[in-house]
Amino acid sequence: MFGFILRRLAVAIPTLLLLIIFSFLLMHAAPGGPFTQERALPPQVLANLEAKYGLDDPLWRKIVDYVWGIVRHFDFGPSFVYPDRTVNQIIAAGFPITLTYGLLSFILAVVVGVTLGAAAAIRQNTWLDYLAVGVSIGAQVLPNFVMAPILVLVFTLILGWLPGGGWSFQNPDYWIMPVIALGTSYMASIARITRSSMLEVLSSNHIRTAKAKGLPARKIIMRHALKPALLPVISYLGPAFVSMITGSVVIDMYFSTGGIGKSFVDSALNRDYAVMMGVTILVGALTILFSLVVDILYAWIDPKIRY
Amino acid sequence: MALLDVKDLNVTFSTNDGEVHAVNGINLSLERGETLGIVGESGSGKSQLSFAIMGLLAKNGRATGSVTFDGQEILNAKPKVLNQIRAENIAMIFQDPMTSLNPYMRVSDQMAEVLTLHHGLSKSAAVAESVRMLDAVRIPDAKGRARLYPHEFSGGMRQRVMIAMALLCKPDVLIADEPTTALDVTVQAQIMKLLDDLQSEFGMAMILITHDLGVVAGSCERVMVMYGGRVMERAPTDPLFADPTHPYTQGLLAAIPRVDQKGDKLSAIPGSPPNMSRPPAGCPFAPRCDYVMDICVTAPPPLEGFAPGRDRACYAAIDVVRAGPTHHEDLPMEAAADEMDEQDIGETDPQISEGLVVGPASAGTPQELPDDKR
Repeated sequence: MFGFILRRLAVAIPTLLLLIIFSFLLMHAAPGGPFTQERALPPQVLANLEAKYGLDDPLWRKIVDYVWGIVRHFDFGPSFVYPDRTVNQIIAAGFPITLTYGLLSFILAVVVGVTLGAAAAIRQNTWLDYLAVGVSIGAQVLPNFVMAPILVLVFTLILGWLPGGGWSFQNPDYWIMPVIALGTSYMASIARITRSSMLEVLSSNHIRTAKAKGLPARKIIMRHALKPALLPVISYLGPAFVSMITGSVVIDMYFSTGGIGKSFVDSALNRDYAVMMGVTILVGALTILFSLVVDILYAWIDPKIRY
Repeated sequence: MALLDVKDLNVTFSTNDGEVHAVNGINLSLERGETLGIVGESGSGKSQLSFAIMGLLAKNGRATGSVTFDGQEILNAKPKVLNQIRAENIAMIFQDPMTSLNPYMRVSDQMAEVLTLHHGLSKSAAVAESVRMLDAVRIPDAKGRARLYPHEFSGGMRQRVMIAMALLCKPDVLIADEPTTALDVTVQAQIMKLLDDLQSEFGMAMILITHDLGVVAGSCERVMVMYGGRVMERAPTDPLFADPTHPYTQGLLAAIPRVDQKGDKLSAIPGSPPNMSRPPAGCPFAPRCDYVMDICVTAPPPLEGFAPGRDRACYAAIDVVRAGPTHHEDLPMEAAADEMDEQDIGETDPQISEGLVVGPASAGTPQELPDDKR
């Protein structure tokens, strides 16, 4: 198992390198650059700027310099658009915010989703099942850019309970709406996956054996059904967790939370190459890390999986 | 009063195709320590009968009638009542040992929870007792193996684990639903021998459900032949084999290949079992029966006793059936039936039972049927 983890981490390095090269090429293939503006800069100014940021180097040189900077100093370079900020600073400011509301949102989605899905499966074809299925379909079809304004309308404008935007690490009032808006559709997916896999497990032969042993229903669910029912949920949760903690552009824009979800989209629009690369590498590294976590969880649940 | 008493049991399943009548008006009783064989081909309702007794029917299944254990009604009983009887008084082993154990739990944990639940043992005492039982079902190195997961056992070993788990509470009744169907022939024989030994050791009653007549001949005192959810014939084992009085039983016995008979064609019962979502109005076997008469398709024949411990559900006269299917076409059936006497039933033809108990004969199932899939 330990060897497996080491091997997977070793493979992660070339994977990340490929990711860097590929996104670098893609980014530079897009027309325009960070200093392309509606009112064109004088050619001399542009040339000076490009020289300062190394944009006039050949492409391979730029990639090598960039990777070398990361390896040697863990330096993702300066932002092209905000002259006084580095990529490290931008991520350091935004990531804790998305991490906070993303993590809370994840916990909410998992707890509510699994409970709802499992309850629906156990009480299949009763009002509880129909309610759970109805709620999850409702949450699924309501995208967060619709959910967010509805939340603001109700809780800020009508009830006046919560601030309509902004962020504060001290005041949880600011967290509530981003957490709900981000989590609902994930919660719905988790509920649906849990329900269908739980239904499958509950009709399997080993559950019949557990019943024949005289175990009460609660024990059958907790000891025999829940673990296998969660396997498909876990494989969904890996990538979902990463996209949740790296934030959402809708949440960041709508609630002005200042997370990196917004940086990601802004940097792409502004051709802020360095910020975009930084966020891409962050998401890539987290994705690799959490698919490893999923594999470890799988091995923990299913004794047939050994690495 | 019998230990286990089943009265007029019906099992129906509501499906998109309509109601499926899996079991129709079955009566049976089981005394302490005796072994009853239930024989029939796939889809004859024998497994559903056992699930109904244990309260393990699928969600869309419904059972009516009465099942009493030691005088207590357990059919459709509250979960609390059922859970006390399951494993403690009536235990069950299933036909597919590959999937019947929980693949995510250590064997020792799966077994121990039966004892902590029913006998209130501590975890360590329960595990120790489980290891003793694994030893009793002759699993080598039981102590070490108990810590393994089911996938680390072979099919035969898993069925031994199932048997050990079922016997933990020393139940009064063991229902074995095709315990050897999924296993290969040499393992089948070992498992049957084990069940026989354990049964006499623990003195429990057993219901052995199978489609293998060889298995029945080897271990049952009484046999019930089922078809289309009904009892076709019921008799002590020896007379049933020596003198089958129902066309279906005859067909099943004829379908067993025998080493002492040369020939290049295997005998089979033509046709296939009825679709039980549209149960036939008459005898379910009528469409495949050599002795079919007009009355057979209008109403099912009642199960009637004709000798001590022997019942049959057939309109065809007993001696017409005894005479064999080749003659029946030009015989006036009712007339012929009255003339003959019914005295020779106690005798067993040693050749027949031998052929069934040992040798490759018991290996071949009466017909090559697919597994009993529900």
